[in-house]
Amino acid sequence: MPDSKLIGGVSRRSFVKSSSGALILTATAVIHPIEAWGLESKGLAPPAVQTLIQASRDIYPHDRLADRFYALAVKDFDVKAVADPKVKALFEEGLAKLDAAARAAHGVPYVQVGLEEERVALLKRIETTPFFKSLRSGLVTGLYNQKEIWPLFGYEGSSADKGGYIERGFNDLTWL
Amino acid sequence: MAAKFDLNEDGLFVIVGSGAGGGTLGSELARKGIKTVILEAGPRIEMEDFVNDEWESFGQLAWKDMRTTSGNWRVARDFPNLPAWIVKAVGGTTIHWAGASLRYQEHEFRTKTVYGSVKGANLLDWPLTLAELEPYYTKAEDKMGVTRTHGIPGLPGNNNFKVLQAGAKKLGYQEVHTGHMAINSEQRDDRGPCQQIGFCFQGCKSGAKWSTLIAEIPKGEETGNLEVRPQSQVIKIEHDTAGKVTGVVYVDKNGAQQRQKARAVAVAGNSIETPRLLLNSASSKFPNGLANSSGQVGKNYMRHTTGSVYGIFERPVHMYRGTTMAGIVRDEARNDPSRGFVGGYEFETLSLGLPFMAAFLNPGGWGRGFTTALEGYENMAGMWIVGEDMPQETNRVTLDPRVKDKTGMPVASVHFDDHANDAAMRMHAWRQGEAIYRAVGATKTIPVPPYPSTHNLGTCRMSEKARDGVVNKFGQTHDISNLFISDGSQFTTGGAENPTLTIVTLAIRQADNVADMMAKKVI
Repeated sequence: MPDSKLIGGVSRRSFVKSSSGALILTATAVIHPIEAWGLESKGLAPPAVQTLIQASRDIYPHDRLADRFYALAVKDFDVKAVADPKVKALFEEGLAKLDAAARAAHGVPYVQVGLEEERVALLKRIETTPFFKSLRSGLVTGLYNQKEIWPLFGYEGSSADKGGYIERGFNDLTWL
Repeated sequence: MAAKFDLNEDGLFVIVGSGAGGGTLGSELARKGIKTVILEAGPRIEMEDFVNDEWESFGQLAWKDMRTTSGNWRVARDFPNLPAWIVKAVGGTTIHWAGASLRYQEHEFRTKTVYGSVKGANLLDWPLTLAELEPYYTKAEDKMGVTRTHGIPGLPGNNNFKVLQAGAKKLGYQEVHTGHMAINSEQRDDRGPCQQIGFCFQGCKSGAKWSTLIAEIPKGEETGNLEVRPQSQVIKIEHDTAGKVTGVVYVDKNGAQQRQKARAVAVAGNSIETPRLLLNSASSKFPNGLANSSGQVGKNYMRHTTGSVYGIFERPVHMYRGTTMAGIVRDEARNDPSRGFVGGYEFETLSLGLPFMAAFLNPGGWGRGFTTALEGYENMAGMWIVGEDMPQETNRVTLDPRVKDKTGMPVASVHFDDHANDAAMRMHAWRQGEAIYRAVGATKTIPVPPYPSTHNLGTCRMSEKARDGVVNKFGQTHDISNLFISDGSQFTTGGAENPTLTIVTLAIRQADNVADMMAKKVI
């Protein structure tokens, strides 16, 4: 189980259906009841975190990756928002504008826009903004540097500690 | 064992940088009995501490000091403060290099004569010939343990090589093999054979790959004549009223400035820091920087016409398993203007791990087009193009007019525009590379633009005449007899080959020449 805390027993809950219907928000957290994880949000409000999780998936869509990997990537931004008010402002404003654009085009906030291509179109419009650039470049490491996803791509990670590949298939290709 | 010299010992030979040039020169001089100090900006990180993790290793080893960029190269847009991927640690960029050790070709030392006038290119013949370098190439290949020389067998072919070889053969390419690699295929020089770890770029954890850290510096230190002082970043070279170098100022690990006196100084900080240091050492006697009467210091920056091609296949390749660059196709390295460009290029196997692939496959890219490609990772093969780019005076390292480092010194700014010849060569190489992979069933091929430069050359080039360059055929600056350049900055032109073997070769030869000059009290 990745590095996230399960939240229980919080008094106020708001059920905000995201386009996947999967996430539940509380006053301080985003919860995924089916995948059974929760992400405490400290720098950004839970609705912003929820939007970020969806936007992260839309920026780097991997259908085989569960939400929890995107949530962990988003956690990095939450931590940065706690540490740096400028980051907090950049993300809050960027997300507010994204929601405003979604409402103008589709009458609902970003997470409730039903079609991926419509959400991607909204992202394309903000592609050159500092908010989008920060988000996308942060995801490059925040998402793809999670060791747990590497096997899903066929990448085996560290090798010297296993004796290298000299006896683990460095030249096992037989289809040529 | 390792020496420890006093700051005021003015008989010392002082070298800035411990990489292929500085580390080799220092070790050679020490073995000739010459007391030498190498001042290395980075820390001393030993083999046991290397990590098989791309980003963690980058954090540990990479040169991350602020630099700025400009020009039409994509690096300026995608990585504006990272023009180069080089190392800040003892051993310099020999820690993370791939080991490819090719001799330059005869015509590549006289491109002005052979290619003729190329509009916008500042071509110049080297002041030395392949024939003059051949005995030193042989010594370097022996020193580094280059496979396919000195009776050393080639490395075995990994999966990535199998794909390259099969495709290349299908297209009719002839010179295809597992390369001339400074990586042991068997026990040699107290170092074991390659374990096919596949993290060559993160520092070789088996010791099979040659670096100055494990193969040269210890031998120099054993003589008692060599001191390597890490975390000592040189910020200025000083001189006397006669214009002779007297020593250097460096910042030590506590941030305090120290002055090390010297009988002579060799600069080997790689091709961005070296001109930066010369320019930052400007004085009233040398207002344009040291050794810059020609105005060429910092100019003619070359980074090779690089670029990559990845191919995605129906079945797994696992290209990351094994020696990253032990695979080469050499046929296109010839000079053949009928292809639409002068100069040539090599195809070499290349692999990145998933984390780096996400960063470099298509910098700035996102969306399903990007993720679909990345999901082909397990079935991917990869190759890197290394070609001769044209020297241009406007491609240059200057001092940034605004940005300064922690010590208040202006940082380096790197300007680069592709020459039309570079672009034409890259297009040709991309198309041929894609054809290689399609010939053996690739369902998708992806041409990738150049990464932050790992080959950095030309910014203090060799020339016959003082007005055309910065150093003579021995790397001695035209202007100051006791100031030398020992890294790839010396290269008059870039050739189609990875530069490290030539840098080491020049350093061995420079050591002979320096020792001779010191014995004759010329310096």
